[in-house]
Amino acid sequence: MDLLRFATAGSVDDGKSTLIGRLLLDSKAIFEDQLEAVEATSKTKGYDYTDLALLTDGLRSEREQGITIDVAYRYFATPRRKFIIADTPGHVQYTRNMVTGASTADLGLVLVDARQGLTEQSRRHAVILSLLRVPHLVLAVNKMDLVGYDQEVFERIRAEFVTFTQRLNVPDLAVIPISALQGDNVVTRSENMTWYDGSSLMHHLENVHIASDRDLRDVRFPVQYVVRPKSDEYHDYRGYAGRVASGVMKPGDEVMVLPSGLTSRIAGIDLFEDEIAEAFPPMSVVVRLEDDLDVSRGDMICRVKNAPEPTQDLDAMICWMTREPLRPRQKLAIKHTTRSARAVVKDIQYRLDINSLHRDTEARELGLNEIGRVTLRTTQQLLVDPYEQNRTTGSFILIDEATGNTVGAGMIN
Amino acid sequence: MKSAADYRLSQLDELESESIHIFREVVAELERPVLMFSGGKDSIVMLRLAEKAFHPARLPFPLLQVDTGLDFPEVLATRDAWVDRLGVNLVVASVDQAIADGILVDDGRTSRNRMQIATLLEALESGGFTAAFGGGRRDEEKARAKERVYSHRDEFGQWDPKNQRPELWSLYNGRLHEGEHLRIFPLSNWTELDIWHYIARERIEIPSIYFSHRRRVFERDGMLLSEHPANPCREGEVVTERTVRFRTVGDLSLTGCVESTAATLDEIVEEVAVARVTERGATRGDDRFSEAAMEDRKKEGYF
Repeated sequence: MDLLRFATAGSVDDGKSTLIGRLLLDSKAIFEDQLEAVEATSKTKGYDYTDLALLTDGLRSEREQGITIDVAYRYFATPRRKFIIADTPGHVQYTRNMVTGASTADLGLVLVDARQGLTEQSRRHAVILSLLRVPHLVLAVNKMDLVGYDQEVFERIRAEFVTFTQRLNVPDLAVIPISALQGDNVVTRSENMTWYDGSSLMHHLENVHIASDRDLRDVRFPVQYVVRPKSDEYHDYRGYAGRVASGVMKPGDEVMVLPSGLTSRIAGIDLFEDEIAEAFPPMSVVVRLEDDLDVSRGDMICRVKNAPEPTQDLDAMICWMTREPLRPRQKLAIKHTTRSARAVVKDIQYRLDINSLHRDTEARELGLNEIGRVTLRTTQQLLVDPYEQNRTTGSFILIDEATGNTVGAGMIN
Repeated sequence: MKSAADYRLSQLDELESESIHIFREVVAELERPVLMFSGGKDSIVMLRLAEKAFHPARLPFPLLQVDTGLDFPEVLATRDAWVDRLGVNLVVASVDQAIADGILVDDGRTSRNRMQIATLLEALESGGFTAAFGGGRRDEEKARAKERVYSHRDEFGQWDPKNQRPELWSLYNGRLHEGEHLRIFPLSNWTELDIWHYIARERIEIPSIYFSHRRRVFERDGMLLSEHPANPCREGEVVTERTVRFRTVGDLSLTGCVESTAATLDEIVEEVAVARVTERGATRGDDRFSEAAMEDRKKEGYF
């Protein structure tokens, strides 16, 4: 059984919480005591039906305001797969949460209300998912029951969305007509929409092919920690612990360590007490080298003729996540793979309007929840790949040195 | 020639890899980590993952246990066996000691569970610990679903759910000011069933009370509680002997058991897979007082 992480986006009105509630309920991830609590609350509030959306309301402050303010993670499993849902709120002011949820997702699920069709919000969600290079996208056209399960309504929305996504980078798109409330095409194929010959949402989630999403060619191994037991039994043991970002590593492979550029061969790869024949993403392993090189945290092990670019100049798309705007000359801390440095903002090239995709080159700052293309200069070399090639070595976070807060997310061009 | 499909990890291996990455990241970046160890299944799985993360070196941090004075003896025995085998340093912070030292006042109404909070915060502060690993999982409870892996606590140990740091990719932010600390949750993405599958797969030693056994119990608030001198029966409560096991392990005045004949790991996995009530709802008095019981305790500095 493998793992699929997906991010959902949509507002309360699109029925997102109802859909998630149904996925959890039908896969038996909801327990009786949780359901009873929700039934009781629904009754107290005078609702006619059990509001499944209450299952996913997390914090009291959210319940009080009747909105979701933060990313919530949900879990369910079928016999085929385990799923982690990053449930993100849809409002424009929560772009940062959507970016957060999308950053680890294999698949993005955008919901629209069949009666409304595509809205500014659904377009924005698709743009963010494509910016974050989420490899698979699903548009669920919800509330089909309220438009009489009309194929024409569905086809019109689908065509409009397909046209829109041609301007984006969307490698895989599925469009599914559903009714989260009635259960049409959620787990089983709907008898109300015999004109639809695709899979149900659950079937799609269980079967979407994610094995090829990972890069198995370009070896990138950011060194996290040096394991030196300093015990009699392992007197000379020196291993480099880390998580394989991409590529397949094997004992005997000739490798190069950056930034020093020194070369060696892999002597062995350890996974706890076992020596293993190969390591691939996203395994956490310990790599031993044949030669005694000076390797430390922040270095990167790669292949001799296939290395990331060491650079102090970053050209990146940045999502800004705090009230105080990002401005030129601002200094920040930056964390990229296992390497930390400081960075100064050299230039804001443009601000991206994520509704119209218009690039505003006059912009002099990026405000909360805004996304723009920015040039940074760092105090030391970072070992980077373009984000479109590698989501691990192509991403970074920016930290405010005074407050310690994470204030920006960057994707390298 | 192998295909891409041959290079997929099982979901359990992917969770393991993620947790190991978190342990190493904390140890590499933070000054004084500590692992909060209760002796329950989640903290034992944490310990196993930490062991894997640093092998063949020893654990580079101590364990911290808050002794409520009401811990199950079977749990303490398992704790000691693990401490011996790993050769790790164990710090015990005792609620009774905190009362004796005047850090806490036992008013006779506050549960031991609640009194753990002050004891824990005091132990973290006096040990100078800046990062405390906890076994919390996001599937446990609604308030936990929005918890970060690196959960920031202010100088009072409080959690501010509305002001959490965004957490993207696997880039964790370990920045701290003087007096602040982080709670680290390496099991964030594990479910109860994942924990049991992992324990079964790795044949991990856990306390015997998780397995079916005969026990003298009485009913209170719809839970089956253990007969114990420190947990006296109230009027009308009748002690009977039943075949039970525990789904969670906490202080014995609040932790209920369930009737079960599951005597092996495989039988427990089977039982958990079809369970229809959450482990906390079924057996934890501390989470049932209000809809936001966990949220409130977390804000104050609970595990």
